[in-house]
Amino acid sequence: MTAPTVDAVVRISGVDKLFGAEGGAVTTALQGINLDIRRGEFVSLIGPSGCGKSTLLRIIGDLIQPTTGTVTVNGKLCALARRDRDYGMVFQAPVLFDWRTVEDNVKLPLELMGWDKARRDERAREMLGLVELGDFMRHYPYQLSGGMQQRVAIARALSFEPSILLMDEPFGALDEMTRERMNQEVLRIWERTGITVVFVTHSIPEAVFLSSRVVVMSARPGRITDIIEIDLPRPRDVDTREERRYFELVTEVREALRRGGDHAEPGDPVEGVAAAASPERTMAEGGIG
Amino acid sequence: MTTSVPEAVAPSGTRRLRPSETLDPGSMSNRRRIGLFVGFAALVLFVWEAVKWFGGVPWRYENALGLGVDLYHDPPFRWAFATDLNLPHWWDIGAALAAPVQRNQDDSLLQFLLGASFYTWREAALGFLVGTLLGLLLATLFVHFGLLERAFVPYVVASQTIPIVALAPMIVFAFGPSVTSVVVIATYLTFFPVTIAMIRGLRSPDPRALELMRSYAASKWQIYRQVRFPASMPYLFTALKIAATASIIGAIIGEGPGGIPNGLGRAIINFNQQYITGPEKLWAAILVSSLLGVAFFLLIRGAERYALRNRPAARG
Repeated sequence: MTAPTVDAVVRISGVDKLFGAEGGAVTTALQGINLDIRRGEFVSLIGPSGCGKSTLLRIIGDLIQPTTGTVTVNGKLCALARRDRDYGMVFQAPVLFDWRTVEDNVKLPLELMGWDKARRDERAREMLGLVELGDFMRHYPYQLSGGMQQRVAIARALSFEPSILLMDEPFGALDEMTRERMNQEVLRIWERTGITVVFVTHSIPEAVFLSSRVVVMSARPGRITDIIEIDLPRPRDVDTREERRYFELVTEVREALRRGGDHAEPGDPVEGVAAAASPERTMAEGGIG
Repeated sequence: MTTSVPEAVAPSGTRRLRPSETLDPGSMSNRRRIGLFVGFAALVLFVWEAVKWFGGVPWRYENALGLGVDLYHDPPFRWAFATDLNLPHWWDIGAALAAPVQRNQDDSLLQFLLGASFYTWREAALGFLVGTLLGLLLATLFVHFGLLERAFVPYVVASQTIPIVALAPMIVFAFGPSVTSVVVIATYLTFFPVTIAMIRGLRSPDPRALELMRSYAASKWQIYRQVRFPASMPYLFTALKIAATASIIGAIIGEGPGGIPNGLGRAIINFNQQYITGPEKLWAAILVSSLLGVAFFLLIRGAERYALRNRPAARG
């Protein structure tokens, strides 16, 4: 789709993904995916359920393998990039470990990677400061609200300084107000760290507000139908959501989704500007979502 | 940039919510719990005596309490199960516990039974420990090697369909009449619930937690140590509570064929043989045995509460 660029941190070329069911039925989850992501870019993948956006994210992160095609990250095959700990992952659920305090959750990857204790302590404090949870280090996950738990998950994902942050509908389970606040927070962290972000979402406003580019996908078979540059000035804040250009871009993304939606089922949820967060379907989607 | 305000929870410095303070409709205060237990026990004792009043044997106390009054009662029915042989008065059981275990001995029956309980408990606890480790080992192997699971789980299940009374003499034959045999029998009854529960528990983590560990390039051992094992704790404790009572039963049953004279098993066999002359003694032994099982259960439950004190979602 995009012309290959020299500084591409993620390069996806010719990726197909087929899921075979027993008995011979084969679903084409992804077809002919080509995408380059530049260093420091914030790229959103948006599309209806079943378009394979979460599958694509998992292929980039080497959590599943493509049927054909390759993904390179920092010039390495993605399997090597994973072993080099190039990825920070954030899912829709915070997936915090309830037997560990907030602080110890953030330290878990550092322990696995053999950091010494002093560095772990310092980094956990630093990261929890970054997500503004410094006062909650010794709390347990159940003592935190959903939004706070998700911030811990972000702090944990960033703690070991991965070069790419992969986020799979991270705010899908939050209410609209919390979601907008979290959007703001993520932008602030992104601007401070300069990390490359790949962000899967159902929400058009969220995609437009956050991204440098929005990758529009359609379902059955999952493929990229459009890539929309988001030229809103930065830093973006609450006022950005009221600018004319913002609404124009929201409309543009929605129309791109509609054009690609010929192959989508009528019931596939895509959120509009005013739509509240729809009931999430990650679990059902887990297979090909 | 905006600063976000932490939602919902007050910052540290204010008092933290303790797990015991969560709004759980099933929880009640200890005082109420004890009150309920005592009340229910009193009810059981009352019904016990009411049954004997209606269907037991006639009795008569002449010159009751030295007041010159004769008390007597003739129950309207005659129920075989309510005779003094089949259902002794509970105060007679209590009196038997306080009386010397044998003529010319200083120890009361209660002291004797407590000593026997402690002896039996040590055998059971050893079997419990070995059985737990064996169950953990098997479940760990089964979860990591699907082939082993498919091959061996049917045998693990089949092992539990053999009546222990049939197996106990064979175990004694193999290991000799010794404490070892008793421990093996207790182990045999203990490893099964732990194996089955831990197969489930070690597979209980959220699939995304495993994906997360994969993205950290964590080793199998790290995933086991940091995710699978801690996630399985609620399952483990549920199994341990079953295993605790099963290990006591195993030890008691094993003591007969095992020829162990010091434990509850031998006491129960002896009092069984003396039942016609003193049914209260067997009842007392049964009472103390069940109290031993309850005590072991409560010990495990205490450990569970401590281990899961910060995990309200994981507490059963």
